[in-house]
Amino acid sequence: MSVFRRLVNTFSRSKLHQEIDAEIQAHVEMRIADNLAAGMSPEEARRDALIRFGSRVVMRERVTAADAATALDAVWRDLRYAARQLQRSPAFTTTALLTLILGIGANVVVFSAVNALVLRPLDVPEPTALYNVVQKTPGYDNQSYPDYLDFQSKNSTFSDMAAYRIQSAGLSTKDAAYKCWYYRVSGNYFDMLGVRPEHGRLFHASEEHGPNSAPYIVLSHDFWRRHFNSDSGVLGTTVDVNKHPFTVIGVVPAAFHGADLFLWPDFWMPMVDSPDDEGANFLSIRGMHNIWILGKLKPDVTPAQATDNLNAIASELARQNPDDDGLCARLVKPGLMGDMFGDPARSFLAGIMLLAFLVLLAACANLASLFAARTADRSRELAIRLAIGSSRWQVLRQLLAEAVLLSVLGGALGTLFSTNLLNALTHWQPFPEFPVHVTVSPDPKVYSVALLLSVGSGVLWGLVPMRQIWTTDSAQVMKSGGAGTIVFRRFTLRDLLLGIQITLCTLLVTSSFVALRGMQRSLHAPLGFRPEGVLLAETDLHMGGHSDASIMQIRKRMLEEVSRLPGVTSVGIIDETPLGTGGSSSPVYREGTTDFRMSNSTFGAKYFSISPGYLQAAGTRLLGGRDFTWHDDAKSPKVAIVNEAFARSMFGNTSALGRRFLWGEKLPYEIVGVVENGKYDSLTETPWAAMFLPLDQSPDSDTSLVVRSPLPEAEIVPEVRRRLAQIDPSLPFVFHSWPDELAFVLFPARVATATLGVMGLLAAMLAVTGVFGMAMYSVSKRMKEFGIRVVLGAQAAQLLRAALGRPLLLLFSGSAAGLLLGVIASQLLAQIVYQATPRDPLVLAGVVITMALLGFLATWIPAERSLHVHPARLLREE
Amino acid sequence: MARNDLQGTLDLLVLKTLSQMGELHGYGIVLHIQRASEELLTVEEGSLYPALHRMEMSGWIRSEWKVTDTNRKAKYYRLTLAGQKELRKAEESFEQLVQGIRAILRYA
Repeated sequence: MSVFRRLVNTFSRSKLHQEIDAEIQAHVEMRIADNLAAGMSPEEARRDALIRFGSRVVMRERVTAADAATALDAVWRDLRYAARQLQRSPAFTTTALLTLILGIGANVVVFSAVNALVLRPLDVPEPTALYNVVQKTPGYDNQSYPDYLDFQSKNSTFSDMAAYRIQSAGLSTKDAAYKCWYYRVSGNYFDMLGVRPEHGRLFHASEEHGPNSAPYIVLSHDFWRRHFNSDSGVLGTTVDVNKHPFTVIGVVPAAFHGADLFLWPDFWMPMVDSPDDEGANFLSIRGMHNIWILGKLKPDVTPAQATDNLNAIASELARQNPDDDGLCARLVKPGLMGDMFGDPARSFLAGIMLLAFLVLLAACANLASLFAARTADRSRELAIRLAIGSSRWQVLRQLLAEAVLLSVLGGALGTLFSTNLLNALTHWQPFPEFPVHVTVSPDPKVYSVALLLSVGSGVLWGLVPMRQIWTTDSAQVMKSGGAGTIVFRRFTLRDLLLGIQITLCTLLVTSSFVALRGMQRSLHAPLGFRPEGVLLAETDLHMGGHSDASIMQIRKRMLEEVSRLPGVTSVGIIDETPLGTGGSSSPVYREGTTDFRMSNSTFGAKYFSISPGYLQAAGTRLLGGRDFTWHDDAKSPKVAIVNEAFARSMFGNTSALGRRFLWGEKLPYEIVGVVENGKYDSLTETPWAAMFLPLDQSPDSDTSLVVRSPLPEAEIVPEVRRRLAQIDPSLPFVFHSWPDELAFVLFPARVATATLGVMGLLAAMLAVTGVFGMAMYSVSKRMKEFGIRVVLGAQAAQLLRAALGRPLLLLFSGSAAGLLLGVIASQLLAQIVYQATPRDPLVLAGVVITMALLGFLATWIPAERSLHVHPARLLREE
Repeated sequence: MARNDLQGTLDLLVLKTLSQMGELHGYGIVLHIQRASEELLTVEEGSLYPALHRMEMSGWIRSEWKVTDTNRKAKYYRLTLAGQKELRKAEESFEQLVQGIRAILRYA
């Protein structure tokens, strides 16, 4: 038998009917035959046979009804009944649906993000065999190109190993010029990742024969579609990248965008070929760590074996090359730029997922208490059903059907809303000038999680009234008129659920306040420069095809022209602004060091190249010594300005001015100035050693013009643009205010704050409805009691205590617990948000006031109601 | 107390009939019960088929379409192992019912 049989029966009713008909027909015919044999007339015989059966249709229904105990039919009936029940109480249904939409919707959104950034593998063949080979210390993820070549040729555990880095360039065709982001990749890159061209061809390892041997580029599908109108005629033509000719040889499929989940480059170029490697060429310098290595493990090789293999090579390399001293290899999952971005992103997402789950749990707690209250209200109906022979299991199943039906409906609506939100997010580019966006649109995995959450939460809160049903004594309930069974003296499961919910809400509110304050503080954090009122004009002089020799001339002219503009207070140039996207660090040595191993270096220092006047324009305070002058050029002795952290680490409390250190090509640099500490990579970093070098002594083509002016951005930009265009019209400049540029470093904190804020809001809404529901319910159930109390002379305060004592007690204890948890949770938050601390009177006051307001909001109406008791009317009612 | 209702009694009669006769169609069951009870019991056709269907769903009996001696197609039922067990239970509970009723009659 029989589940299958029943299933078949349910779906083939008509076939079953036919069979029953045939059986009855046979019976009737046999009876007729016997009747005839017994001597009845044919008419009589037939009539007798039929009468014995009664109506054929009723008979058939009765036979099939024997089937009606079957599960499927019953479930269907339960669901229909549940739908009718829900229709009958629209207030409950709406509240529950809204709660579920918020709770499940939030989870779907967050899970989609987790899915997109953590769970979903790269969209290439065999994604699980791919690993980024990074350095030992998290955050120092890049390797050098010569080391890559050695790792690639000497290892025995990888089937292949490719290198890549992302760069920006100006790409120009006959008619147009674009600022692009592109991947410079080793020749074997496409073959290793298993990418096939959509049009044309891709380049291969066999085409690499040293620098500038393969002047080809491969376009991304999107770039090809947007700027070449999907015209395959572009294949084989030549375009200029930073004024150097490159042949377009192919287009990759639309889905392929490299090995980083959130970067969408415009094109790919062989690593050996670069339009701007005239200066320092990283291809031959072991000490320049600026590429990513991506390796594909051989089948049956574990990551641990591969790590050992690579580290053996690394120590061999370190023995041979002083630059490789301390070289290490570590494997990390690709997709999120190694640990630098991946670790915080993963832990942040895990935290948010937990929060979202807690919000759903709070929603379930809310619904459970609503549902328990509703079941208590319906205790009479349930008692009658039990009395007329329905089993307790049937009643419970009925209630469960209501809960699950609601949850699935709420889940479906929540998923629908979040899908829209996610599609919008997928098309959102948080930084206009970076090719960053994340595909978070839901896939089957997301939908199944949504379904699972819906059914799971439905069962969770649907089962809460189980005890109520099991202990219902139908006779007792019907005698006492339904309301008598509810005991308000002892703490119930409902109270516990509400307490948990308030705790969660306070936790989220605390976290979002902490994040908000941190954000606010980070905008006024000591950055080591004053971004307000500064306009940045950024370019790469190589994009204009300028050689290193002419770069200084051009820069001087820029400074002169712009400084002459009315309204410009000061102007300077830095190669890459601090807290921007670039910024490198490299080891410095004490004067007198002869053995230049990495381990003999004093520390690693950030370095920037600046023009005279930059410090003033940026608002970086000079604590001692002097600014650079134009006489600090290539011919004069090497000088540097260092920050306090640098001076303190190398010279302790003695003055650093006039002292020397060794750096770069192991040349001595004299310290001519000391400036305040600043933030260079992130807002949450601890003070880091940094030095500034004269532009002329450390050539670089990156140029950021720092223009300080009290004029509004809209007025100053056209002026500056016009002046700069006079110098070189072909040079592409990107203009933005410095505070806008900081959006990039503030992005994680902003996302954290926004997410926590939304979650906090959700939790607050749930807490308010929870407290409100409970207070309202207890008041409405006790109206009669209150009426009697009023008659006996109870004062307003006494009534209020009776009505709101329980909810308020819960509110206080829940808030206290939540605040405590919030304080603990803030330590996690401190990794993402600048100076996130709950030991801040404003935060504490904010949380207390918020919770008090929420409590006030939730208990106002119930309190009103309990104070406006009309004893006479109430007593008349029953 | 053992389950004692009208439906249970019909089940008992049908199961016992099938255990004695091996294989029978619905009409045959009606005739057999009538004959074996010396015309004291008449099974209502209207109750028989729902009962048969229910017992089949519970796995006590199995059915099969066959041709009768008079060349008609009819559905034949036979007892399953579960049915034999159920029959023993039904017999016991019927014995209890009879004993109970006798005891009451004696008392009165």
